[in-house]
Amino acid sequence: MLDLETPLSTSVRKAPAPPRPARSRPHRTNVPGAIGGFAWLLVVMVPVYFIVVTTFRGQAGFFAGNPFALPTAPTLANYAEVIQHDFVRYVLNSVIVTTGAVVVTLAVSLIAAYAVVRGRGRGIRFVFSVFLLGLAIPLHATIIPLYYLITRLRLYDSLLGLILPSVAFAIPVTVLILSNFLRDIPQELFESMRMDGASEWQTLIRLALPLVRPALVTVAIYDGLNAWNGFLFPLILTQSEERRVLPLSLWAFQGEFTVAIPGMLAAVVLSTLPMVVLYVLGRRYLVSGLTAGFGR
Amino acid sequence: MVSGNSTTARGYRAGPSVWWTLPALAFFVVFALVPLVGVGVLSLMKWDGLSAPRWTGLRNWTHILSDPVTGKAAVLSVKIIVLSWLVQTPLSLLLGIFTAGRQRYRNVLAVLYFVPLLFSSAAVAIAFKAILDPNFGISRAVGWSFLSRDWLGDPQLVLATVVFVIAWQFVPFHTLLYQAGVRQIPAVLYEAATIDGAGPLQQFRWITLPQLRYTVVTSSTLMVVGSLTYFDVVFVLTGGGPGYSTRLLPLDMYLTGFTANDMGGASVLAAILVVTGLLLALGFTRLSGFNRMQSQQEGI
Repeated sequence: MLDLETPLSTSVRKAPAPPRPARSRPHRTNVPGAIGGFAWLLVVMVPVYFIVVTTFRGQAGFFAGNPFALPTAPTLANYAEVIQHDFVRYVLNSVIVTTGAVVVTLAVSLIAAYAVVRGRGRGIRFVFSVFLLGLAIPLHATIIPLYYLITRLRLYDSLLGLILPSVAFAIPVTVLILSNFLRDIPQELFESMRMDGASEWQTLIRLALPLVRPALVTVAIYDGLNAWNGFLFPLILTQSEERRVLPLSLWAFQGEFTVAIPGMLAAVVLSTLPMVVLYVLGRRYLVSGLTAGFGR
Repeated sequence: MVSGNSTTARGYRAGPSVWWTLPALAFFVVFALVPLVGVGVLSLMKWDGLSAPRWTGLRNWTHILSDPVTGKAAVLSVKIIVLSWLVQTPLSLLLGIFTAGRQRYRNVLAVLYFVPLLFSSAAVAIAFKAILDPNFGISRAVGWSFLSRDWLGDPQLVLATVVFVIAWQFVPFHTLLYQAGVRQIPAVLYEAATIDGAGPLQQFRWITLPQLRYTVVTSSTLMVVGSLTYFDVVFVLTGGGPGYSTRLLPLDMYLTGFTANDMGGASVLAAILVVTGLLLALGFTRLSGFNRMQSQQEGI
């Protein structure tokens, strides 16, 4: 399965995209399609609506009224309570872990992807096939030895102990996406850098880096989402409240609040808000990047 | 070719050397491949998670494989994989085709469809726990009797509920894959079919579906291998209950290791998961052809 003699096919992407294909379909109104589309929208949005609307409900209102009606006396008390519950610390921990994981992943993956695309030789191809293998393995099944390893390295219950495995697990995908994009840089550009006497490092920094910036945004969002939302590593590799990250704090809140569902859901909203902002800002890149990443 | 010296005095070179891949490789080897091998090693050890592991040979294996809980968990895992696939694939396929259309309202819908992906699994599980609560959730909101059930407490219903929640969370991602796939089908094919008098259903059957076969394989691989190691939502949503009715293999592994402190036994379950996952991925790879699969996996 790791036959790398044939380069990863990027043919689909390289084919000149037909500008706005004059497909006949847009002119036909597809009524069953539209009904189905809006039905799914309902399935997606009803839970989201429930989550958001409940957070503005007082405790009494929650137990009394219809849970889907708009609150009669909207309140921000739930948000205030969550923020007083050390929420800021969990946000900070999550920010540190996510930023650390994303920055390190992007740095080492970009260099590796550059070598994979520009380099020659057996060694590099072997390394690349090792990363490909990483995609086929259900890596989350390795948590027990990982737990052993992290405790032996004295990294148990530390943020670094969360960052390091997160980086390792994000590398295969990241290297693949980045090398896919690097391959699309025209050969002539590399040639002219070489003519100018630029070293490989200079070529990477001055030519490749600016050109793959959209891809970097794509993988940054993708890896960032995974790191921010990751649950298993924090559950197994941390313990104390000082090192708690957001998803774990949601789970822990559950025990503390038990019946205070509005408070719980306020925590859910607050923990998701940064990702919503990221999505709004980077949506264009994320969707086009993932789209380009997958052949047909 | 020489991979060592990457540059010479005049800037002529054989490209960057293999050492450039070293930082990434080091991370991957130390924190992913070494633990992978560790699964096999620890499955032969007795370890409670605190003291030093001791050699115990195949005892963990015989113990775990003869435990009826393991068999039950394996059957449940197979059920979840099959049901998830059956629910998510047609939905994602149809939604992908739908959102591939260039109409404005469909673009807006596509943006909104993505929203579940922004929630963490813990958040999704907690939210659905509240929504499905028989006293304060959807059961009370609408009077319909078929909605007021104990979705998470009834062993007959809980599996279907879990399948639904997982679909809610992951259909958006697979929709995105299918959308990308549909948009890459050459428009010429549809034009030709229209000229030949093929209706929408025929076009779907004879153009869209066959053209999407690699997307189907990619998406199915991710779905199946993904639901094999599916853990977070089920852990928070049901904790494996009621009783053993949602104790899937990964959850069984976690509970065996970190609750019952039998890390050796849990490693046996982990080894089963790793091998099954690899075999499934290889099987799907075979379906699609080796090289195709690699290109499919770019950009996961």
